[in-house]
Amino acid sequence: MRPVLEVTDLGVTFGGVPAVRGLGYAVRPGEVLAVVGESGSGKSVAAAAVMGLLPRGARVTGSVRLHGRELIGAPARELDALRGRTISMVFQDPLSALTPVYRVGDQIAEAVRVHQRVSRENAQVKAVELLELVGIPRPAERALAFPHEFSGGMRQRVMIAMAIANDPDVIICDEPTTALDVTVQAQVLEVLKTAQRETGAAIIMITHDLGVVAGFADRVLVMYAGRPVEVGGVDDVYYRPRMPYTVGLLGSVPRIDRQGGRLTPIEGSPPSPGALPPGCPFAPRCPLWVAACDESEPPLYEVGEGHRAACIRWEEVRPADAADLAGPAGTGGDGGDGGEPPAGPRERHRRTVLEVSGLVKDYPLIKGAVFRRRVGTVHAVAGVGFDIREGETLALVGESGSGKTTTLTQILELAAPQAGRIVVLGRDTSRLGRGERTAIRRDLQVVFQDPLASLDPRMTVHDIVAEPLRTHGRRQPGRRVAELLALVGLDPEHAARYPQDFSGGQRQRVGIARALALEPRLLVLDEPVSALDVSIQAGVINLLGALRARLGLSYLFVAHDLAVVRHLADRVAVMYLGRIAEIGRIDAVYDAPMHPYTQALLSAIPLPDPARERSRRRILLEGDLPSPADPPTGCRFRTRCPKFRGELTDDERGLCVQVEPDVRTLGEDHGAACHYAERRVVV
Amino acid sequence: MTLSQEELAEELSDGATTRVHSRLRVVAGRFFRSPQGIAGFAVLAAMFLLAFAGPLVTRWSYTDKDFTAFLQPPSPDHWFGTLQTGADVFALTLRGMQKSLVVGLLAALVSTALAALVGAFAGYFLGWTDRVLSWTTDLLLVLPAFLVLAIMSPLFGAGQWALFVVMLALFLWMVTSKVVRGMTISLKEREFIQAARYMGVPPVRIVFRHVLPNLSSLLVVDATLNVSAAILTETSLSYFGFGIQPPDVSFGTLIADGSRTATYAPWTFWFVAGLLVVTVLAVNLVGDALRDAFDPAAKRAR
Repeated sequence: MRPVLEVTDLGVTFGGVPAVRGLGYAVRPGEVLAVVGESGSGKSVAAAAVMGLLPRGARVTGSVRLHGRELIGAPARELDALRGRTISMVFQDPLSALTPVYRVGDQIAEAVRVHQRVSRENAQVKAVELLELVGIPRPAERALAFPHEFSGGMRQRVMIAMAIANDPDVIICDEPTTALDVTVQAQVLEVLKTAQRETGAAIIMITHDLGVVAGFADRVLVMYAGRPVEVGGVDDVYYRPRMPYTVGLLGSVPRIDRQGGRLTPIEGSPPSPGALPPGCPFAPRCPLWVAACDESEPPLYEVGEGHRAACIRWEEVRPADAADLAGPAGTGGDGGDGGEPPAGPRERHRRTVLEVSGLVKDYPLIKGAVFRRRVGTVHAVAGVGFDIREGETLALVGESGSGKTTTLTQILELAAPQAGRIVVLGRDTSRLGRGERTAIRRDLQVVFQDPLASLDPRMTVHDIVAEPLRTHGRRQPGRRVAELLALVGLDPEHAARYPQDFSGGQRQRVGIARALALEPRLLVLDEPVSALDVSIQAGVINLLGALRARLGLSYLFVAHDLAVVRHLADRVAVMYLGRIAEIGRIDAVYDAPMHPYTQALLSAIPLPDPARERSRRRILLEGDLPSPADPPTGCRFRTRCPKFRGELTDDERGLCVQVEPDVRTLGEDHGAACHYAERRVVV
Repeated sequence: MTLSQEELAEELSDGATTRVHSRLRVVAGRFFRSPQGIAGFAVLAAMFLLAFAGPLVTRWSYTDKDFTAFLQPPSPDHWFGTLQTGADVFALTLRGMQKSLVVGLLAALVSTALAALVGAFAGYFLGWTDRVLSWTTDLLLVLPAFLVLAIMSPLFGAGQWALFVVMLALFLWMVTSKVVRGMTISLKEREFIQAARYMGVPPVRIVFRHVLPNLSSLLVVDATLNVSAAILTETSLSYFGFGIQPPDVSFGTLIADGSRTATYAPWTFWFVAGLLVVTVLAVNLVGDALRDAFDPAAKRAR
């Protein structure tokens, strides 16, 4: 079959700085090509260049042919006729991609009417059909709603509906599921598959998530420093990678089907596009580096049928499991070994560092500016209880809106909770005086999600790390700061720099150094790696594991990424709508989850393993998280529960509707809040 | 953590690597590396030197009158010429410069500091603090500043310039304070402020260490503008005969007097006006350089 879209030697420069260099690919109808790469690899810029959506300052060279027609340099009017009709795009952030002041149905109808001569009424009918196709319940009614009345997943469905409105031949999806929760991501990917089946379009899927790629794509193109470095069939690239970067990327992905332990990070950070190293851009980070690598940039070698890789030593490159790549890659500043896998059922330590029981937090919903009145209550946290023993890591996982962050801030405030009890290091927070509270803050430190936001941009790294020391009365923090920076694998000479001068991973290390400054006993980690790229993330996860082993820390770890949790945590608590659904030892919960929600959550996570991903059966949840202002009666999960809908009899359902289940202990250190819990293997 | 790193850490703690890379030093270093900063600072320093050391090298004082030279152009005897009364323009200019520099810079600093403090405290603490401070701000905002200053002018007699500075500053800070308050409210939600709170840093110290430095661009620009504003307000007050009272002089009174004779005796006007322009220019240069020095992102922009 002839390719619908052919890109050859595409180059994009912004004011002399190259963002994309020598990109080439071709997609055939019905094919899914995944473009993977870390942030700054040029994958989104390349997509925008294909669509002709780049700002004026960009210089585009090369050729983009759609059905044999050259798009680069084509007049704007010609492009307008193609965009949305033959080639369409789904963006990452569905909220900003929809116009807030128009009804959703009108926006889809507009997309239809721009390219097709149909009456207003017919376009509306078509819009409703499209909404039904992408799985929006009661489409005729929902077409009259405004974008803000839709949840994130629903908005993304609307975006897909608009993208397929004119039966395009190519759909470019720019990180379509990155902003969504895993269970919603699984739903949206299903919708994309349906959309592709209906239209027979080729899909170009831009993403950084190797799991999504494994289950969705036919071919993969890996980009690094603005250039394709490996391209091939999805099985070839995943099982027989020929480029060390791909190997490193695959090795650094945390996986839910593997027990904890060290990940293999890629050393260093990606080069800045303005200052590329001579020769192979990956050479400075490559474990297989030889002097010849620095001589010239390697072309894409043909390494197999339809499989090409840009590495002069491609014959020696082996997947991470086979070759011992871990050795050379691990010697760098990434925090050595440690973080031993919790082998077998371990005796829990006797001393408790944090105990939370029956924690409740409501927020009032207030309406009106002049006459403020309470119109409802958001039950953000509704009775949560867990404990952390010394040296232990408890992960609090859940989707957005599950109340995990609220739980965290309640603990960190060290104030008396609305209801329930928080005991930090043996002290009840409701009975703390001011001095005692400050004293406890010494032992309770926090690492935030976004390292750039949590470090004061106006302070040097020295001042940032020294701040807790000064606050708690240490006069000359200079030496300790250098010690701490070295501890987290940073050069103490860089203390005079500002956070902006560091890369994402290094910034997070600064955040960790600050949290460790006072030698705390309990460290609260709020999504510490979710803002980082995969290759960098692995290094930080390893560091956290190593520090815990060395300094005897206890972690309260909040995350939405269950794969990361598996690598770091001893115990896990799964939250749903402000309550704990399941809690227990990590292996027990992951290997044989008992709560239907945990089962669905785990099965929704894509594995970076194409063969397994194809054979896996997902438990798809329907709909979105109910509003925490109006939770269902009885079991909060019953509205989406596959078991409630499919397996239970009417009599059994009565219990779910009437009685809210509490966490019952159902095995050694394993409990679930379900009336009908049973073990099931889902990974 | 590998062993090598652990050793590295210990080595470091043994060595005397206690160099402090604190903010103050970094900012000062960056300020004096920028040519703008050096130029502005040098010119300002020269102006101060001229204003306070200048009177020592001339034999005329600003109260002296030379009855042999009325309205004479510059000469070796009278470097900037003389006025109609026989007063030496050079001596007068220096005296006026002393007043204007001190009044302008001090009033600007006081007003910006006041704006920063009131705004940041109102925005950070909210509640009653905010209500009281905002009410005060609004009250001062509706008072006609010029009128109040004019009414109070008899108080600014000889030696009362400090009161004058305070009064000038008191009517300059309100708008900035409102801006600062708004920015503080949004800053307060940022994670690094949360981080400091959870670290146990006392609220007042958070305001000084995290909130105000993050507003420094705004504050520096504001202070720079206020220098000009204060000098000009003083000038206009003095022009109408309210500000600095004779026999004392300031740039304002000098320009007011000089403008009448400027067309046929340019030396009575142009020297003062030129120095005023140079002063404001130097202050602006210093302000620009300071803003860049405070802003860590500015390095890459140039």
